[in-house]
Amino acid sequence: MFRFARRGVAVAAALALAASVAACSEDSPSGNGASVPGVTDTTILVGTHQPLTGRAAAGYSKISAATKAYFEYVNANGGVHGRKIEYKIVDDAYNPAKTQEVVRQLVLQDKVFAVLNGLGTPTHGGVLDFLKTNKVPDLFVSSGSALFNQPTKYPNTFGFNVDYVTESKVLANYVKKTFPGKKVCFFGQNDDFGDDALKGVETVLGSVAAKQNYVPTNTNVAPQVGALKAAGCQVNVLATITPFTALTLGTAAKLGYRAQWVGSSVGGDFVGLSALLGKAAPLLLEGYVTSGYLPSPLDEANPWTKLFKDVNAEYNGNTTFEVNTMFGMAVGYTFVQALQAAGKDLTRESLMAAIEKGGFEGPSLVPMRYSKDDHSGFSGTQISVIKGGKQALVDTPYVTDTGSGPVEPYTEGAATPPAKGIPSD
Amino acid sequence: MDRFVFLTLDGLSKGAVYAAFALALVLIWRGTRVVNFAQGAMSVATVYVAYSVSDATGSYWLGFAAALVSAALLGAVIELVVARRVHDAPPLNAIVVAIGLVLLLQAVLGMIYTNEYLAFPAPFSETALTAGGLTLLSPYDLFVFAVVAGLLVLLTLLFTRTPVGLRMRASAFAPEVSRLLGVDVALMRTLGWVLAAMVGSLAGLLVIPTELGLHPTAMDDIFVAAFTAAVVGGLDSPAGAVVGGLVVGVLLSYVGGYVRSDATPLAVLALLVVVLLVRPGGLFAVPQARRV
Amino acid sequence: MPNRAKPETMPADEGRAAATPPAPADPSTPGRAPAGSAPAANAPAGADPAAGDVSRQGATTAPDPVRRAGAAGAAPIRRGNTLLRHLLIAVGLGVVVVIATYQIEPFRNYQLATIGVYLCVLPGLILLTGFNGQISLGHGALMAAGAYPVALTQNALGGDAQWHLLVSVLAGVVTATVLGAVVGVAAARLHGPYLAGATLAVAASVPAVTTTFDGVFGGDAGLSFALAPAPSSLGVYFPFERWQAWLALLGAAITMLLLANLVRSRFGRTLRAVRDDEVAAALAGIHVGRVRVLAFVVSAAGAGLGGALFAVLAQSVSPGAYGLTLSLNLMLAIVLGGLGGLRGALWGAIALVALQPLADWATRSFEFSADVQQRLEGTLPLAVFGVALIVVMTTAPGGVDGLVARATRRLRRSR
Repeated sequence: MFRFARRGVAVAAALALAASVAACSEDSPSGNGASVPGVTDTTILVGTHQPLTGRAAAGYSKISAATKAYFEYVNANGGVHGRKIEYKIVDDAYNPAKTQEVVRQLVLQDKVFAVLNGLGTPTHGGVLDFLKTNKVPDLFVSSGSALFNQPTKYPNTFGFNVDYVTESKVLANYVKKTFPGKKVCFFGQNDDFGDDALKGVETVLGSVAAKQNYVPTNTNVAPQVGALKAAGCQVNVLATITPFTALTLGTAAKLGYRAQWVGSSVGGDFVGLSALLGKAAPLLLEGYVTSGYLPSPLDEANPWTKLFKDVNAEYNGNTTFEVNTMFGMAVGYTFVQALQAAGKDLTRESLMAAIEKGGFEGPSLVPMRYSKDDHSGFSGTQISVIKGGKQALVDTPYVTDTGSGPVEPYTEGAATPPAKGIPSD
Repeated sequence: MDRFVFLTLDGLSKGAVYAAFALALVLIWRGTRVVNFAQGAMSVATVYVAYSVSDATGSYWLGFAAALVSAALLGAVIELVVARRVHDAPPLNAIVVAIGLVLLLQAVLGMIYTNEYLAFPAPFSETALTAGGLTLLSPYDLFVFAVVAGLLVLLTLLFTRTPVGLRMRASAFAPEVSRLLGVDVALMRTLGWVLAAMVGSLAGLLVIPTELGLHPTAMDDIFVAAFTAAVVGGLDSPAGAVVGGLVVGVLLSYVGGYVRSDATPLAVLALLVVVLLVRPGGLFAVPQARRV
Repeated sequence: MPNRAKPETMPADEGRAAATPPAPADPSTPGRAPAGSAPAANAPAGADPAAGDVSRQGATTAPDPVRRAGAAGAAPIRRGNTLLRHLLIAVGLGVVVVIATYQIEPFRNYQLATIGVYLCVLPGLILLTGFNGQISLGHGALMAAGAYPVALTQNALGGDAQWHLLVSVLAGVVTATVLGAVVGVAAARLHGPYLAGATLAVAASVPAVTTTFDGVFGGDAGLSFALAPAPSSLGVYFPFERWQAWLALLGAAITMLLLANLVRSRFGRTLRAVRDDEVAAALAGIHVGRVRVLAFVVSAAGAGLGGALFAVLAQSVSPGAYGLTLSLNLMLAIVLGGLGGLRGALWGAIALVALQPLADWATRSFEFSADVQQRLEGTLPLAVFGVALIVVMTTAPGGVDGLVARATRRLRRSR
């Protein structure tokens, strides 16, 4: 026992000495204030977290590759103010715990200048506080949730996608005009996506006749679709992700249930739906109404589609050009616009100030809302209908707000791409 | 009343698929005393084979056959290369190896086929037949029932009436004694894996057309439901697996239809707790020992 | 047999204790027939002298031939006060670690904090699975039961004072312990795959509970909450990540200390007795059901603490972070780490934090064309991880702890 005690005292003394040495090392403010993280004279490093694997990867895994391809195009043409953009894409498999890790890795270890286009409401929602504490610009979050438009609470977070309330107000407005007097019901995802979409629908149309919901982990939607059929619903507004849109349409067909289906753009990917429904696609998708705030990837006549298709062919291995590719390129384009507007003297503050000044004109069919008091992205959307196996935009784009404001047509037309498809100063 | 009939039939048709999958789990358990956590991923891999072959030849049944053949091969390879090495280790090691296999299979499938959902068609119409205004089962549902019933009969006959079946059961329960009696225990084990893989592949072929689509993770949720079904029925009993599958299917349908669609995992948990509290070895469990 | 209270505060009585475990066979006494095959006439005569032989040989514990590979064995006998020894080790290590947190950068501190969180959960899980033989695939749900009360309490109290955090973490631990008791009671009679299936169903229920009661639990998006920053007495520029590391490692130290004492106590021995032969343990007077439930409760308390600290690290909770993946990862960690002793928890925790980034780093160094790159993004590291798991399990069934034990044994023999 004494031998042990003697050893213990010696150890304790040594450790106490070491502790006093450690206590002497004081912390200093991180960085010297002069250099901006992730920015050098020749490069800008930005990062993102995306579901590249797992069940949420379907479709979304294409977005970041498209954004990266657009950045390579811009880099090949001289970059932005002489700086090339490096885009680090990290997989979080849609697991919020993993998102915490990889975002800290990007910010603390890779020292990215900004986080761009983080995808997912539960995943990205968990890192808002961290990004705010570390003053990292959190740009163009890939989600329509109102969580990412809180300028007072999270001044460095900016949304991008049209939010769910705005979009469903536009969809409901179309239903009101085109299918008056019909019984309208709602089928949505059991989270804020579905809740916000229902709110938008009921703001325009009043209470729906029946509502059902689903969770992505339960792939049997027959009970819900059966209930809609039993309630005699004639028009069903959907807030579903693409696989569940296909599942719903397929299940309705199996139950011999015919109705008019109107769905969110989140689950309205025409190419994806056609692939999922296989041979039955032309029949089941006929008359399907959805919306879009970017040009259609199949519209060869649109100059933006042509521009991005060319970039995709050269810098993205010419993969299938579809809605997610278009989205990714639009994100890249908007970011480059913001960088240009921030000026050569690039800091995190100058970048966020440039976005808050707003006024960006890009591939979107509707204007963006960015301002000091509004950090949400697109202000509306345009209806598209699938007829004769083809999806086409109809009418004009409509804009509205997230409250009880009216749904108004936006008639000012879309912008044309600049020379070479790269935003100028 | 309409709704009740609809939900019951819907539950039975989903339950039949859980039953098929549970049968595969029971098979491996009876043959090797291991719960094959990789069963779902293995099934999905074989369905991808069916997809490619059907795509190339235009025939569903050729793809179907190709899936079963590839399942046999996959089962044999996994048993020879991997399962054999962890057979004498603690049971948890086998689970870890299975999880490693799942990750590997899902990653490789994602690499080859991308992470998109692919459409895998059903061989028969999935539109429900109607009678007197009531929505009944579809031809495809009837096909699924027929296959599962046939499987159950075949497997029971195999294990109770054939010499091979007897040898397989002996190898699982008393490997030393079986070896002494001249049974090639290693071969029987491999056969067990081959058989289970084929049954699992069949389950996958039956269920994927009713799911969101073909995706590397498509069978993950079904694994949990099927494992529950097997446990509820008793891991040693093929009949238990079928009954368990049907019970789970119907329960999920009722809860999803009458209560809420997100409460179904809670219903599964409640079912498990209730059954296992009363019979810790499952419904059809054979008592192992008596407490004195 | 009278129940002793608070085994962890008892001085270790290993000197006398070697005789108590009802080992079915006792090969340390040469020439004695193995108890199982001894004809009935020899058995009564065999029992007493066996105990006497062992105590005559001086407190060496016989290796238990019934014990399967990888299961935690009897602890080596050490003289002196267990609690004091463990306390000194804890303090010593604590000082070393605190010094380390000053030397490393914030991201490494965050990783260290994550290791600390796992070190709260994994020892309890090893106690449950390695020492008591119960498989649990549901400890992610117990972590969630520790995490959600933290979010709710912080939001209720405001979250701006340090003592709020203490109350919240305690609330989390208590909730998880209660849930652990419930699960333990329900699972007391289950074994093997039936227990695995029941705990798997518990793990799969977490998202269902949060969306069914989404008014309270925030559904899929979860809840976020405020946290008090590091105390100003530590310095104005004290990195938050270092504070998080200190909190997590404090929790880990407390857990390891308590559990290390617990496994060396009488309770630890009854745990192992129940694992090795329930019937024999019952015959020896051990209340098997109670021991199994207690093991669950202890491991649940650890999981609750880990979950609460996990929430503190993320400053948010959501069901996706506490799902099946987490439960399976915890099980992976203890098997990879080694079920032979609590040391396996350290290897397991390191594995959980380091393996994925390692797989990522290994695959990032390869250059592919854009088209191939898209397919390999994310999937290649997963494939590498999967292969690593298979290889490690087939070549080192005892986990890292088993490898280390083999290596040290060889070193000792070669001297």
